[in-house]
Amino acid sequence: MTALTLTNVNKSFGDVHVLKDINIEVEDGEFVVFVGPSGCGKSTLLRVIAGLEDATSGEVRIGDNLVNATPPSKRGIAMVFQSYALYPHLNVRKNMSLALKQERKSKAVIEQRVAKASKMLDLEAYLDRYPSELSGGQRQRVAIGRAIVREPKLFLFDEPLSNLDAALRMNTRLEIAKLHDALAASMIYVTHDQTEAMTLADKIVVLRDGRVEQIGSPMELYNNPVNQFVAGFLGSPAMNFMPAGFVSEGDPRTLGLRPEDLQLRTDGELTAAVLHVEHLGGDTNVIAQVKGTQITARLFGQHSIDQGQTVNFGYSPERAYYFNADGLRM
Amino acid sequence: MNKARTNPFNTVAMHGALILYTLIALFPVFVILINSFKTRKAIFREPLALPDAESFSLIGYQTVMKQGDFFLYFQNSMIVTVASLFFVLLFGAMAAFALAEYRFKGNTLMGLYLALGIMIPIRIGTVAILEMMVASGLVNTLWALILVYTAQGLPLAVFILSEFMRQVSDDLKNAARVDGLSEYAIFFQLVLPLVRPAMATVAVFNMIPIWNDLWFPLILAPAEETKTLTLGSQVFIGQFVTDWNAVLSALSMAILPVLVLYVIFSRQLIRGLTSGAVK
Repeated sequence: MTALTLTNVNKSFGDVHVLKDINIEVEDGEFVVFVGPSGCGKSTLLRVIAGLEDATSGEVRIGDNLVNATPPSKRGIAMVFQSYALYPHLNVRKNMSLALKQERKSKAVIEQRVAKASKMLDLEAYLDRYPSELSGGQRQRVAIGRAIVREPKLFLFDEPLSNLDAALRMNTRLEIAKLHDALAASMIYVTHDQTEAMTLADKIVVLRDGRVEQIGSPMELYNNPVNQFVAGFLGSPAMNFMPAGFVSEGDPRTLGLRPEDLQLRTDGELTAAVLHVEHLGGDTNVIAQVKGTQITARLFGQHSIDQGQTVNFGYSPERAYYFNADGLRM
Repeated sequence: MNKARTNPFNTVAMHGALILYTLIALFPVFVILINSFKTRKAIFREPLALPDAESFSLIGYQTVMKQGDFFLYFQNSMIVTVASLFFVLLFGAMAAFALAEYRFKGNTLMGLYLALGIMIPIRIGTVAILEMMVASGLVNTLWALILVYTAQGLPLAVFILSEFMRQVSDDLKNAARVDGLSEYAIFFQLVLPLVRPAMATVAVFNMIPIWNDLWFPLILAPAEETKTLTLGSQVFIGQFVTDWNAVLSALSMAILPVLVLYVIFSRQLIRGLTSGAVK
């Protein structure tokens, strides 16, 4: 069964066309990540699914129901916001139980669900505290708890980790992954961070300028990007692009090489002047210039390379990507 | 404040200026208060002297108590002020919420139209208002005053409150929508508590002019049973003789309720500023 079906969804604000013919299917229990640069419409798309914005045209189905005209609270969804959006005047327990009270669930049910969610998220000690007395990570967990207690068909996450610091972000990321396994619920997750997308997703939807660029599993997108945008967006450091003419005279295409596919070889095709070296311990990132184009090479292990040095990089031809003038993969 | 940036001279100058301003502002009130406890002769002989054993007198307060129904005037002023404030805050906040929260045709135009009232004094329309009140039979009722003061306070209230309501996080309102709260519940349970400091500001801004107003009570509700305190005090001011003891005593007593209301609202103001903001 599908948890969510979007058919030809369009959204305009006045003359601004922000979502263009979006078609997406989310299977039951799937973790789908919408990813794209800021302003690509991914948050708007999430809000259309949530019912906080109306689609200008097209169909939104959650489960088997057409929900275009259904208010957010009746759609069987729960949403976690970037700014946590906890009710400042209610304590944690009341924050989590408010939606259930609105649904007129019995006290016993509310208590049992809040207890279950707070146990899952390690929030039992904080149930009587107010949001202002919690740390950022705790607030985010409360926000997630507020979503869990509703037992929705579909979870929506709007950049939930972007207000957390790096260490906490990784922990919370793991927690969300664990939560997905434990609840076996369908989740939609919006982010601009490709690492979050790659690590969490069963399926990634890459968006640009209100259009779906490509849909697929993380490895599918990584190994088989349909165009230069997707190739450049996924992977860190990003893929290197250079005129293919650098290696074969007169080739009009663009050559794309992942940083980890570049190797130091004395007979390498690319002669590069080293601009900067980042020693990460496990890896060494070499930022260099080839005929005026900046490239990044990610070398495994530690290398003693100096700034200003000239090195040669080689690659295996089957790891090279070629794009035409329109950015499409060839 | 950062210690490195405070200069003792600046601190002294700042506090000096503030203290001076406080003294200037409080001086008339002080003069009214001390003179209300003096005999008529003493008021004129030495207006700035404190009441002593010889000049101390409660004659002014006694006159006020005897003449006219002062407690009724008090009550009228209180009812008019509190009711007007209530309506200004209620309708002002509702209009501000609609303007800040919903996208509809003519939103900006509506906002400008409501703001127009800030620039045009309501007293220009006195004659028309009086005609309307006569036609609707509201002359000499407290409702006439409450309605006029509500109209008078709304423009500024809408203007200030809509600014504050725009600052309430959209995510918070959307979270409430996802949780199934109605728009009324969002307004009353979520947004109003968050803009409480702004509400207190609006209340303080509106309270004093309403309490002190002489114009509309004189025109719309001059009857004995609807007189407000300010209007009631005028009986002691005559064309030839003015009973200064009574006037000063009445004014001293008129200060009290405003003071109490002000303390209530300003505590809200401070509490609003210090309550834990949620990121």
